Amino acid sequence: MANTISNDQVLLTIPMRQDMELAAAKLASVIAESMSFNDDQIEEIQLAMIESCINAFEHSKSPDQSVVIHYIIRTNELELQITDQGIGFNPGNRGKRGNSQPDLHSDMRKRGWGLEIMHTLMDSVDIMSGENGTTITMVKSKTA
Amino acid sequence: MANKFDIQVRAEHEYAVLETAGYLNDALGEDLSKKAQELIEKGYTQLVINLDKTALINSIGISILIEIIEALDERDGTLNFCGLSATQERTFRMMAIAKYAGIFPDEKTAIANF
Repeated sequence: MANTISNDQVLLTIPMRQDMELAAAKLASVIAESMSFNDDQIEEIQLAMIESCINAFEHSKSPDQSVVIHYIIRTNELELQITDQGIGFNPGNRGKRGNSQPDLHSDMRKRGWGLEIMHTLMDSVDIMSGENGTTITMVKSKTA
Repeated sequence: MANKFDIQVRAEHEYAVLETAGYLNDALGEDLSKKAQELIEKGYTQLVINLDKTALINSIGISILIEIIEALDERDGTLNFCGLSATQERTFRMMAIAKYAGIFPDEKTAIANF
């Protein structure tokens, strides 16, 4: 399923199926470990990857029902590009209260945390989204 | 890719401990919620969720943990977590869970702090 497309890039395509985000997270873990990221950083990368994949699974409505992930290995950082061919979204509207259920505590909402988790755990998160799909680019530096 | 998970429940006189193993996603979360609700209906209002054997979590799984906090809140109960990794604890704190549930390093401390 995973292809190495150059010495420093790995490409993975996963179907939008239950738990397939684990495949993406585990490959990220293997790559990050090979780059000598520490255990905490590897877990942060895995959780951010899981959230990115789940966002695509839940919201993209991609007709091909797949997510393409580029793992780009650089000397001191790992870049992850997660792409779907879905309907896109306005990043400014995500991470807000999208949950129809009232929450008991106003600061403890249940859903809509994915992007905030990614921003918290990674050094940078950039989103390019349009009617032809979305690419989330996340970078983790070894020195941060 | 099958996600193998398990939940062990240990009900004591005044509290109960739920110990998860595996990826905390919607499936494990729903199972955990069901077991927690059963305990709450039996009158347990002091619960510990031990995540020591759960290496990976996602936001859907965490949202179900929030539902358990809310269910206990309605009965003036308390939920204490233990066994979180540093990253999991950071995520829980960012999501304000630490304001409404305890976070402790181990089960013994979590039980002692009811």
